[in-house]
Amino acid sequence: MIRLQDLQQINTYEWEIPQTYRSDMRVPVRIFATRQLLEEIKGDKSLEQAVNAATLPGLVGQVVVMPDVHQGYGFPIGGVAGTRLPDGVISPGAIGYDINCGVRLLASQIEFEAAKPHLSDLATALDRFCPSGVGKKGHLRLKSAELDRVCREGSRWALRNGYASDADLSRTEENGCLQGADPTKISKRAKDRGRPQLGTLGAGNHFIEIDVVDKVFHTEAANVMGLLEGNLVVMIHCGSRGFGHQICSDYVKDFQSAVRRYNIHLPDRELVCAPLDSPEGQAYLGAMRCAANYAFTNRQVLAHFARKAFEDILPGKVSNWHLHQVYDIAHNMGKIETHQIDGKSIEVCVHRKGATRAFGPGFQGLPPEYRAIGQPVLVPGSMGTASWVLVGTPGSMQRSFGSTCHGAGRTMSRRAAKKSIWGEDLRKELQAQGIHIRAGSMAGLAEEAPQAYKDVDAVVETVAGAGIASKVARLRPVAVIKG
Amino acid sequence: MTSPLLSGYREVPHTADWELQVWAPDLSTLLEQAASGMYHLAGVKLNSYPRLNRRIELSYRDPEMLLIDFLTELVYLVDTEGIAFDEFELNLEGDRLIAELTGAPLASITKEVKAVTYHNLTIRITNRGMEANIVFDV
Repeated sequence: MIRLQDLQQINTYEWEIPQTYRSDMRVPVRIFATRQLLEEIKGDKSLEQAVNAATLPGLVGQVVVMPDVHQGYGFPIGGVAGTRLPDGVISPGAIGYDINCGVRLLASQIEFEAAKPHLSDLATALDRFCPSGVGKKGHLRLKSAELDRVCREGSRWALRNGYASDADLSRTEENGCLQGADPTKISKRAKDRGRPQLGTLGAGNHFIEIDVVDKVFHTEAANVMGLLEGNLVVMIHCGSRGFGHQICSDYVKDFQSAVRRYNIHLPDRELVCAPLDSPEGQAYLGAMRCAANYAFTNRQVLAHFARKAFEDILPGKVSNWHLHQVYDIAHNMGKIETHQIDGKSIEVCVHRKGATRAFGPGFQGLPPEYRAIGQPVLVPGSMGTASWVLVGTPGSMQRSFGSTCHGAGRTMSRRAAKKSIWGEDLRKELQAQGIHIRAGSMAGLAEEAPQAYKDVDAVVETVAGAGIASKVARLRPVAVIKG
Repeated sequence: MTSPLLSGYREVPHTADWELQVWAPDLSTLLEQAASGMYHLAGVKLNSYPRLNRRIELSYRDPEMLLIDFLTELVYLVDTEGIAFDEFELNLEGDRLIAELTGAPLASITKEVKAVTYHNLTIRITNRGMEANIVFDV
């Protein structure tokens, strides 16, 4: 159990677990949190897991912990770690089973007051057009060769098949396609799971939400993104479905042997890893990029069907029902990036698990209109509470491998949430607040209750106060579709 | 059938995912209890018919790996074929498991198991036989 006295306070928003805390740590752990959030974080095993993560071979800088961190399995959810090329390691468990789980935001010129009478119909249409729930198949049926093309092309596949526009691609992280995807490194089982699930939301904490832009904090950035106070936006949160889950499972299994071959000793078998320049490491990179591209395509297809839902309900009721893309960003991913470490520019593999890339102004990978303001960061809250749009900052580049938080972060177990909250009561409570709910399971709804999460506003105040992101706009939910 | 006192499972609180404690007098019963516990947490309900049979063969290096592989196989069958099992005949021969499973198509399921993890997984020898804590990504 890590105690407060084991930590060094750097400033109001930053704490450090020094490398001397445990003899097998290779780097320190840097935590972004207020004292109050830190007390909550100490309530589970997040920090012990961050210390375990700090033992991975080839780490540089520090393991970074975000204020929305919570206990995961092996690597904490809300953690970032960078390993040097070529001999540092890549760890599938430090990226997660839901490879490229992420968030997409679509904005509109639809005024909330004009759409208010139609929100229930919109929620029903989104639920109908966008398949959700456990084991749900999508509208698409891919043959093996087509799935391989999705793996290699990502969102470009969606563009070629009429599910995307050029503007959608330019406003997606990496234009919706990681280079180096290798479908030959994927098992038949992963392909079996991936073929029928493209264009599906899944279950758990994944959702489609209609929000209202509640308050703008950074007018210039909000204007560039097309976010106007009082207008509707649509947020989509999901990942690579069973395809990514199987790829990660396959490689966590394979790497159980790899750590023996490379004489790597770890405190937790879930952290298994292989050197980036090894055949095993390269194979996982190729496979992980396939899942990442699948997830970009998945959210793109869902965005297409969200637009269809709006077209189904709103013509004749509002003048412009078009949904334009603000951005699409991953929060479970491994990326090769260049960062400044100890004054030197070096290539590292940045593992982000429950953390969002947050590159600051000037980054060349952004579409031209965003280069002056920085990369949009999308932070979904819990049901019934705010979500946020932020932008990356120079501070995130200097102190957190260009990363920031990804959500509110759980604080209550699913079991405890189900015991203390009735799904039907919650649905009625949210409905009374003007939030339309479409959920596959009332028990599942209870598990995702706002009470089960930290205060997302406190999380955002922390990353803004620490300077690793900057506030652009707060969103307020008015309809939630869950599997 | 093994007495419920000698074998069983219970959910252990975990902030975001699921943790299941499983105990049994021997490894094959531990696998069976882990499968039953996972299905229970996922809210699996089976149709009465048609009854289905599947044979699974797995080789393994250590019992923890076998536990993960066996459960991962069941997750795969839920996801791809929509089937689960309520009768297990498990035989361990050397480093191989031969499992004859009987079950049915899902009538309903409330939760998605993304994966079965190795997190802190150790099969412990206790005075009631074997025990393990398994964390599922959900």
